[in-house]
Amino acid sequence: MNIIVLVKQVPDTTEIKLDPKTGNLIREGIESIMNPDDRHALEAAVGLKESMGGSVTVMSMGPPQAIDVITEAMGMGADRGILLSDRAFSGADTWATSLTLGKALEKIGDYDLIICGRQAIDGDTAQIGPQVADHLDIPHVSYVFGIDEITEEHLVVRRRLEDGFERIETPVPALLTVIGELNTPRYAVVGRLIEACGDKASIEIWNAADIGAKTNEIGLEGSLTHVIKTFAPKFKRQGEMLEGAARESISTLLGKLHENRII
Amino acid sequence: MTVWIDADLCNGCKRCVKACPYEGVEMRDGKAHILERCTSCGACIESCKPKAILTDAKPREIPDFSDRKGVWVFAEQRGEVLHPVSLELLGVACELAGSLNQEVTAVLLGNGVEHLAETLILHGADHVVLVEDPRLAQYRTIVYTHAMEQLIRRFKPNILLMGATHIGRDLAPRVSRRVKVGLTADCTELTIDPDEKILLQTRPAFGGNIMATIANRYSRPQMATVRPGVMERKEKPEKSGHIIRETLSIDEDDIKTKVLEIIREAKKTGDLGKAKIIVAGGRGVGDAGGFKVLENLAEALGGQVAGTRVAVEEGWIPADRQVGQTGQSVRPELYIACGISGAIQHRAGIANARYIVAINRDARAPIFQVADWGIVGDLHELVPEMIRQLENV
Repeated sequence: MNIIVLVKQVPDTTEIKLDPKTGNLIREGIESIMNPDDRHALEAAVGLKESMGGSVTVMSMGPPQAIDVITEAMGMGADRGILLSDRAFSGADTWATSLTLGKALEKIGDYDLIICGRQAIDGDTAQIGPQVADHLDIPHVSYVFGIDEITEEHLVVRRRLEDGFERIETPVPALLTVIGELNTPRYAVVGRLIEACGDKASIEIWNAADIGAKTNEIGLEGSLTHVIKTFAPKFKRQGEMLEGAARESISTLLGKLHENRII
Repeated sequence: MTVWIDADLCNGCKRCVKACPYEGVEMRDGKAHILERCTSCGACIESCKPKAILTDAKPREIPDFSDRKGVWVFAEQRGEVLHPVSLELLGVACELAGSLNQEVTAVLLGNGVEHLAETLILHGADHVVLVEDPRLAQYRTIVYTHAMEQLIRRFKPNILLMGATHIGRDLAPRVSRRVKVGLTADCTELTIDPDEKILLQTRPAFGGNIMATIANRYSRPQMATVRPGVMERKEKPEKSGHIIRETLSIDEDDIKTKVLEIIREAKKTGDLGKAKIIVAGGRGVGDAGGFKVLENLAEALGGQVAGTRVAVEEGWIPADRQVGQTGQSVRPELYIACGISGAIQHRAGIANARYIVAINRDARAPIFQVADWGIVGDLHELVPEMIRQLENV
């Protein structure tokens, strides 16, 4: 089974701070990591390769430094890495991103399964997986947290719903987007990491010409949606502090809640 | 868009070969020749002194969308029961339609769901487009995508909203790709730009650290998903509307996937989205035992218990109790935050609460900035005191 895993390098959003004056993100010193859901996608792919044979290709779109997530993925067991990197790709919305990934996947051509994380923690859109699947005209199943059955022709997976789950059968080739519940990702093996950083590593870098894209259909220029404004979220309220010992402050609080007919 | 060489003008200087970032130009018989690799980026054009490189590229223009009318809402139903977000979307759709002087349409797909149309009308739908077919009885991505594609091509709506549920977040991106339009996920605010008359879609990004307003100027319908609990439903008891019936045309073979079974996992506790009072805990609660005390308070108030991501990760409460950017957005009358510092990801999920009370040992905790009333102190002392006083009333 030939599996392609899509991964993204993201800033660790739990570490992000805002500049109190400008309201802009302070990006300096923020660590770049492999998107958490994508780790589970890789684990699933490498696990399937181990039990069924085949190969795992890891693909990412990003700036040159995104090569780090490719090498890490190879350290975890991917056989081949492809980084889609070109200034023309930058500023893409999900439309242009899914087109870029879709064209690269068409170039690879030979796949049975594409696995990606449900969503990336920087954008949280969860759109890329389904959009790529529609571009390739293959079925997808999102929010996958279990693989019950897999053969060369079809698979049965568990898809998480808010109040339970459904079991879905899909033919191959298919695309899955997976959530953390699916598995526990392995750590990269040092020997493999060193190999992945070496000259002989099976890593390619593709630009717009390599995937047969025109620059006006990708990146910022090819995007259909555009950010027109960013600002710091405002949640401010009056913030009245209630003083005194526990008995007194709680009594004041309950008085306020009664006054406002909340309780 | 393509780029080509006028061979009569080309002087064979090779500047374009050097200028091309893609190795897309080579020399043949002393003249430049554009290869198939060309991305039409235009880098060569500037480099050419005799102006022998030509292009048909034009600056991007916003297409004319004057024939696109109507605000559409995907009326999500499961097992012939409407998802609450469908009615919440109708609430905001009415406001948008009012600003545009256009009408609101609910799209209802399923089998044996006609009786739901009345509810949609009484929440603001002027029209209900109804497609009933046994193949639509259960949500399946491809057949629902196909049905939406058919309807969009036929009726040409201006705006299409879906709930950011596990179904909406599966369907919306697929539909957007199919009809070649942009899509904005998980919006928390939707308004119409007074000048351009386009949909302004505001959403959190970077884990809720920043808000971004996004416009979709180049494609229609303007598509957005909205998380449940963010918008307000509005009943319109006098409203009338009408049903437009449509049929589905697709072969079962083209639907690809089959739903083998749906397993509902009984929730031990009620729906947080509907809770009037929520007592929530964070790291400061300390352990699962601490949450028992919060449960007692919730019980005394007739409310429910929730928690932060930390509380879920520590295993103190189940994942379906998580409030915040990666959990649920809630809009209770009263939210009591105990031992919650108030990371921005958490604050994003409680912005719509009517009143917020914060109890925390650290007077500088950011939660106090978003609270209506705050008490600095030990929750392990304050919460039992509150239960005592409530019981003595």
